[in-house]
Amino acid sequence: MQRVGVFVCHCGSNIAATVDVKKVVEMVSLEPGVVHAEDYQYMCSEAGQARIDAAIKEKGLTGIVVCSCSPRMHEATFRKAAERAGLNPYMVEIANIREHCSWIHKDMEEATKKAVVLARAAIAKVNLNAPLQPGESLVTKRALVIGGGIAGIQTAIDIADAGYEVDIVEKTPSIGGRMSQLDKTFPTLDCSACILTPKMVEAAAHEKITIYTYSEVDKVTGFVGDFTVDIRKKARSIDMNKCTGCGVCQEKCPSKKTPSEFNRGLNTRSAIYTPFAQAIPNVPVIDRDACIKFKTGKCGICEKVCQAGAIDYEQKDEIVTQKYGAIVVATGFDVIKVDQYEEYAYSQSKDVITSLELERIMNAAGPTKGHLERLSDGKHPKEMVFIQCVGSRCSDDKGKSYCSKICCMYTAKHAMLIRDKYPDVNVTVFYIDVRTPGKNFDEFYRRAVEDYGVNYIKGQVGKVAPQPDGSLLVQGVDLIDNKQILKKADMVVLAAAIEPEKDVRRIATMLTASIDTNNFLTESHAKLRPVESPTAGVFLSGVCQGPKDIPETVAQAGAAAVKAIGLLAKDKLLTNPCTAKADELMCNGCSTCANVCPYGAITYETKEINDHGIRETRRVASVNNALCQGCGACTVACPSGAMDLQGFSNRQILAEVDAICR
Amino acid sequence: MQELVNRAKELLADGTVSRVLGWKAGDMSYNPEPAYFNSAEELENFVYDGFCGANLSKYMIEASKLEGKTLVFLKPCDTYSFNQLIKEHRVDREKAYIIGVGCKGKLSVENIKAQGIKGIESIEGAGMNDGCDTLTIKTLYGDKTCSYNDAMLERCHVCKGKEHQISDEVMLESRDTKDAERFAQVEAIEAMTPEEKFAFFQKELSKCIRCNACRNVCPACSCRKCVFDSTKYDTAQKANVTSFEEKMFHIIRAFHVAGRCTDCGECSRVCPQGIPLHLFNRKFIKDIDTFYGEFQAGEDTESRGPLTNFTFDDVEPSIVGERG
Amino acid sequence: MSIENETFRPKIVAFCCNWCSYAGADLAGSSRLVYPADVKIIRVPCSCRVNPMFILRAFEKGADGVIMCGCHPGDCHYSTGNYYARRRMTLLFSMLDFIGVENGRTRVEWVSAAEGVKFSTTMNEFVEKITSLGPNVRLEDLRCRN
Repeated sequence: MQRVGVFVCHCGSNIAATVDVKKVVEMVSLEPGVVHAEDYQYMCSEAGQARIDAAIKEKGLTGIVVCSCSPRMHEATFRKAAERAGLNPYMVEIANIREHCSWIHKDMEEATKKAVVLARAAIAKVNLNAPLQPGESLVTKRALVIGGGIAGIQTAIDIADAGYEVDIVEKTPSIGGRMSQLDKTFPTLDCSACILTPKMVEAAAHEKITIYTYSEVDKVTGFVGDFTVDIRKKARSIDMNKCTGCGVCQEKCPSKKTPSEFNRGLNTRSAIYTPFAQAIPNVPVIDRDACIKFKTGKCGICEKVCQAGAIDYEQKDEIVTQKYGAIVVATGFDVIKVDQYEEYAYSQSKDVITSLELERIMNAAGPTKGHLERLSDGKHPKEMVFIQCVGSRCSDDKGKSYCSKICCMYTAKHAMLIRDKYPDVNVTVFYIDVRTPGKNFDEFYRRAVEDYGVNYIKGQVGKVAPQPDGSLLVQGVDLIDNKQILKKADMVVLAAAIEPEKDVRRIATMLTASIDTNNFLTESHAKLRPVESPTAGVFLSGVCQGPKDIPETVAQAGAAAVKAIGLLAKDKLLTNPCTAKADELMCNGCSTCANVCPYGAITYETKEINDHGIRETRRVASVNNALCQGCGACTVACPSGAMDLQGFSNRQILAEVDAICR
Repeated sequence: MQELVNRAKELLADGTVSRVLGWKAGDMSYNPEPAYFNSAEELENFVYDGFCGANLSKYMIEASKLEGKTLVFLKPCDTYSFNQLIKEHRVDREKAYIIGVGCKGKLSVENIKAQGIKGIESIEGAGMNDGCDTLTIKTLYGDKTCSYNDAMLERCHVCKGKEHQISDEVMLESRDTKDAERFAQVEAIEAMTPEEKFAFFQKELSKCIRCNACRNVCPACSCRKCVFDSTKYDTAQKANVTSFEEKMFHIIRAFHVAGRCTDCGECSRVCPQGIPLHLFNRKFIKDIDTFYGEFQAGEDTESRGPLTNFTFDDVEPSIVGERG
Repeated sequence: MSIENETFRPKIVAFCCNWCSYAGADLAGSSRLVYPADVKIIRVPCSCRVNPMFILRAFEKGADGVIMCGCHPGDCHYSTGNYYARRRMTLLFSMLDFIGVENGRTRVEWVSAAEGVKFSTTMNEFVEKITSLGPNVRLEDLRCRN
């Protein structure tokens, strides 16, 4: 029997307002093994921890239970406190009487009863705890960044500047990401390419950074400090070492009808292409689905015109296997498909476009060479209507429940840029709310309204109807004046919601990183660990975690880099000691457990066993503690119960069950 | 039967095997029991007839630890169990010389008694050379007869087939005995109301005396130490005070052998209380077939069992309620 | 029994995986999303740690309902744990149904760390269901009644 101490935290009034902490102390004092129980305002405070320390020493406690907030919050704190007092840190159990009790129950008597039950379960468990010793694992001093947009580039540069090797894996032919598609940036209106290109060049030139473009992550195994990743370098059909980037192949390529991904399909590109002029690397790829040579076997013009002899039709996908200590996900976003919103006539009229398409139209390197014109007839528009929150803040299944965050600002930017360059164009913005929380953001929006005369109407648009004369009839409401509005427009711009890049689910699954219902990666703690995934060694950078603008993305990219650097700076990590353990005397050697182990941590050895005096050679399971992550799949697969999980043993869990059902 | 003895003697004589695992006569003619034979003389006690229902594959776990090979006689259905034991590294294929022995359907004296035949002294017509038509039962009250098929074990009515899944040689002919649907009994229970189901199992399981015969005979229940004997679960060797514990025992036992049970039916055969224990196993087999595709444990020695496997789009547990 | 029924408050054990569902329960808590105090959560590393024995034991000791929550299929922190758990629970629940235990005393729900609302809704629904089923008498050890 342990000598158990129970510490009940008030958490100010968070717990104490709903749970009678004195009563809890009184009740748990009656539990078997409990030799000490007390309550305190804030157990996690220094004074609170000092009380734990003192009680452990004075009462000779061999196990403690802290009734407080979630173990996900302060288990580590209390384990450290116990360790300082000379107790094995794994002799600590937490009864979660805040998140699972005081915060969700109103009735004090009921909440107090439940808190007592939760405490009893923790006491029953700690009575069966055994001291555990963590092992050690080595850290591979190299980081992987998945995604080569501004988030990935910034993270990679920051990690590389700290002296660690970094690999960037980017699935498109060039790094740069969404930011490279933007024309100007808010709230300063500086040119996106002008600030991004130097970063791209810096990353490419950095001696510690290796960039894999046109590549994807195929497989991830291992764990924090020791991930093994297969990177698929898709066949570019170009020898990157030979190509000089002269561009002749692209000019001569006869297949020029593929919609340009970079220009959002507003114009076309050749089958052999670099996505944009400042692409890094400046080496084209052959789109094998579009290439005549690949489709028919004839052509081969690019090979003939390439003076460097860089064209290689035989090239195959190549798998690069590399070890990493840390992985940063920076997979970014795309805009949602807006053709599902028939009311906005996106698929009916070429003059209904998304904001990202407008970025390309406004850009000097874009499909209209930067001239604002209607895509249907090339005419200069006079009336432009912007519709906000297309697919954002939706309560139905069609759209996203969240605010895409950047649309209010980029729409103000677009409106301002248009009014500045073409004072003859009237700009009207239909909005639900204008959200401008950011440094200089509201000032920026007000300039659009006050200095540039942009007409903001609070209200939603019900329908955009293409007219026989080629114009668009916008039917909306003005909620402030409470009236219907019919407005003729030459172009309509939809602020489409943003969503995580499609591929992120596959990547999250490989990394065993959590993902929310909107496919944004989940952070370890919404406030205190916003750039860490709950999966150790995996960090989050940029919009993959949630909508954000460029400065926020860059800031988060730096933060993710620091977390990765903090990990890579260590030579060794302590491993989780809550691993599976086989009882050799009970093991049948049947291999069932090994079949369900996701880490290949279970092997079998044939050895001499002394089973209560009977000596025989048996095949028995053995768990590699460095590989075992402690999921427990093996423990249930094992028919004899020989396999058990330390820290979550059968007896411990059954004791909790018994305590709860008592 | 004599040819089996002769062949066993040959294999003993030429040193191929060091011993023979078969059946010998019991105290009554209808209850032969598994036995080792170490010499030609001992083989004189060897029997093989319709009452030799015992599945010998489990004995090979211990026999695998002995010096030299053991000659083991396995009926077609026993070979599934043997394969499953190979898959789980419990028996050593190299230590076994397997004679796949033919089977004409195994008999249960309980089924004969169930027909009101009492005071049984001996039973004739169960030999491998007999016609499998009629059994003649000598009783204190005179001779009675019983049709062979009516005396057959339930498992033989849903026989998996005449093929041996593994063997070094095959002797004697087998007979088709399948004349019932394998899952008919399970389906009949599934069709009951929850109250009827509960009443049915309450009645059956309350007969359980926890003698562990089912566990001891089951080739899949071959753990060195059963969880129900383990201190790790706090369930060790408890007296059954309430009906729940029998349920728990039998559910967990069936769960532990789910995907591994070959449906050999030994549990029901040996249960002294006549509880139809195979229903638990067969329910799992039926569910596995329905949910995850047909699977017969012991068909091979390599494949992954259904509970150590998955597909991304497996049915959700809520299907249980949805089926109604 | 009938007197008890009037004020029947079920005992419910919820097994929650550490990475998704326990965090989802924490989120329900920090979002103050109320659900009945009848639900008591046991933290396990993964849904695949839940042994059918634990569930039967809970019933034996007087639980009226047992629910297991894990990461959504495909999102398991350990990659594959919940896939095994899904098969195990499907078979176990089917067996309980087979022996005549009322449908609905057991449930599996996949709840992510971000689904505080789903956690709370699920628990409210489950408590309601168990309350409507009444006390568990088919799977309990009567000795445990006080």
